[in-house]
Amino acid sequence: MAGLPMRLPFAWMVCLRYLREGRMQTVLILAGVTAGVAVIIFLTTLITQLQASIIEKTLGSQAHIVLKPPRAVNQTLLSPGSTAAIVQPRAQRLRSIDQWEAVARLAAQTGGVQAVSPVLSGAGFAARAEANQPIALLGVDPVAHRRIVRMDKYLTSGSFDVSGANGVIGIELAKDLGVAVGDKIRVITMDGRNDLLTIAGIFDIGNRDLNRRWVYTSIKMAQSLLDLSGGITEIDLRVADLFQAETTARQLQAQTGLLVESWMQTNAQLLTALKSQSTSNNLIRLFVVLIVAVGIASVLVVSVVQKQKEIGILRAMGASPRRVMSVFLLQGGFYGLLGSALGSALSLALLNFFSRVSRNADGTLLISAEIEPSVVAWACALALTVGLAAAALPARRAARLDPVQAIRA
Amino acid sequence: MPEAKQHMSAIVELQDIHKSYGLGTAVAAEVLHGINLSIENGEFAALTGPSGSGKSTLLNIIGLLEAPSSGRLSIDGKDTAGMDDATRTTLRGRSIGFIFQFHHLLPGFSALENVMMPSIIDLGWSTAKAQETALQLLEQVGLKDAANKRPSELSGGMQQRVAIARALSLSPRLILADEPTGNLDTHSADEIFELLQTINRERQSACLIVTHDPRLAARCQRQVRIVDGQLV
Repeated sequence: MAGLPMRLPFAWMVCLRYLREGRMQTVLILAGVTAGVAVIIFLTTLITQLQASIIEKTLGSQAHIVLKPPRAVNQTLLSPGSTAAIVQPRAQRLRSIDQWEAVARLAAQTGGVQAVSPVLSGAGFAARAEANQPIALLGVDPVAHRRIVRMDKYLTSGSFDVSGANGVIGIELAKDLGVAVGDKIRVITMDGRNDLLTIAGIFDIGNRDLNRRWVYTSIKMAQSLLDLSGGITEIDLRVADLFQAETTARQLQAQTGLLVESWMQTNAQLLTALKSQSTSNNLIRLFVVLIVAVGIASVLVVSVVQKQKEIGILRAMGASPRRVMSVFLLQGGFYGLLGSALGSALSLALLNFFSRVSRNADGTLLISAEIEPSVVAWACALALTVGLAAAALPARRAARLDPVQAIRA
Repeated sequence: MPEAKQHMSAIVELQDIHKSYGLGTAVAAEVLHGINLSIENGEFAALTGPSGSGKSTLLNIIGLLEAPSSGRLSIDGKDTAGMDDATRTTLRGRSIGFIFQFHHLLPGFSALENVMMPSIIDLGWSTAKAQETALQLLEQVGLKDAANKRPSELSGGMQQRVAIARALSLSPRLILADEPTGNLDTHSADEIFELLQTINRERQSACLIVTHDPRLAARCQRQVRIVDGQLV
């Protein structure tokens, strides 16, 4: 048998020996804690990554917050309901945001806002030879817009260049019109204004409808085509914390009086799905923690009963109740800490395996085998706390044993 | 100074010790009825009496494992009445060595570790010095070669000798033995008894030995007899 390690505190020494003596119990409960911690880390990582990927896919081509001019409404002299007259809603004509430069400056200075991009959007047609298609004309500043939507990532050919008479169109529109980079198309708007656009790039944003409709030009060109010189119809924002977008949006609405929409409004269903996913993850975590706690507590309760006599002997030899208590608390802490270390390793192995097995439709990785250090630290702290808490009751019981009774038992 | 020492020479002093169990219930029973006893430093005394006479209870009270219902108990001149649990525990650990009828060694630890245990508990650490002392004690009880064996690998007599070595670990002024030979054959019993005598002589530790064996009791300096909870 191994020699006695020198300079080991009493509680550690007795605790380690008990763990070794009850090898089977130790192995079983460690397996339990390991599995529990692995499930928590694995599930949390998986859900976090999947959510991040869904958000990236959905919001990659969207601004987090959009500022638009307020809707035009009819002012009635009589309050609604007090007259039989039917008030027809106003048709919303294309309008510029008043003082949009000031608004953009204000938005840029708002906390949490990372990027601001003014956009001029309006309806029109793209035509080449006999073919024509309805389009959404988007006049953007390429540098600012790239900070909102990572256009370069979506480009299939050419570059995101909208300077001068250059434009960038979607892959579906390019197919419909039969054009490639370098070709020219004619862009026509409702009041008959039209201009020639040279295709500088073609994008595939992952959405067939947008690929058919979106046509990027410079702001200046869009202004002239849509007859809105100097005007901007919306301001796109990107925020640092996605889930703060709605709060920021409401703040901006109050400050500017404009119509402000966050992605959380426009994608309410996605938000609900994400939230229920997080809730179910939390529920699973809660149950795993409970099961692990009950497991550790039951093992230690049995251990205290088994060791009753030895506890009595230790007490007779001068061990204080506190010392006896620390022996069992240490055991609980040990289960928690070692279990979480093993669990972290196991979850990493699981993630490695899954990341190799499951892939997206396009063959890219669905999940990456990376674990957030904070998730691991969090899980370890939780396991340690649960271990200690679960050990508290048995440890107290051990400490309160009457030495005489315990020795006789 | 010598006079003071003379006065303080009792290691244990009991004055009118009563002990009842189940107080306030229908089955309340007084086990000890006013015990007055003093054991001098270095004394070698036997505590005899029939089963159920209160021997073990008295020993547990002297050993601070149980509290008396009333009366005064001093260990080494210190009144134990007002002591809190921690002080009592420390006093027990340092001043009193226990030897039980059944060795009560810790099964998960080697003989050496068992002997070191009181010192580890007292210091809070295992030290090289404690190990050295423990080896010397094992040598004294003739078990140096069994230092690394588990209790289960030793015979009954050997186990009891390890238990004696353990009781000596902190050089206590008082050794309490509850039928230390009760579980052994005559030959081993004699050996253990002689070992206790040697220790008493060499270390001047007072010994109070509970025994049923009149042969062994007769070999003690003094016999304290208890019948029905009273000294006779």
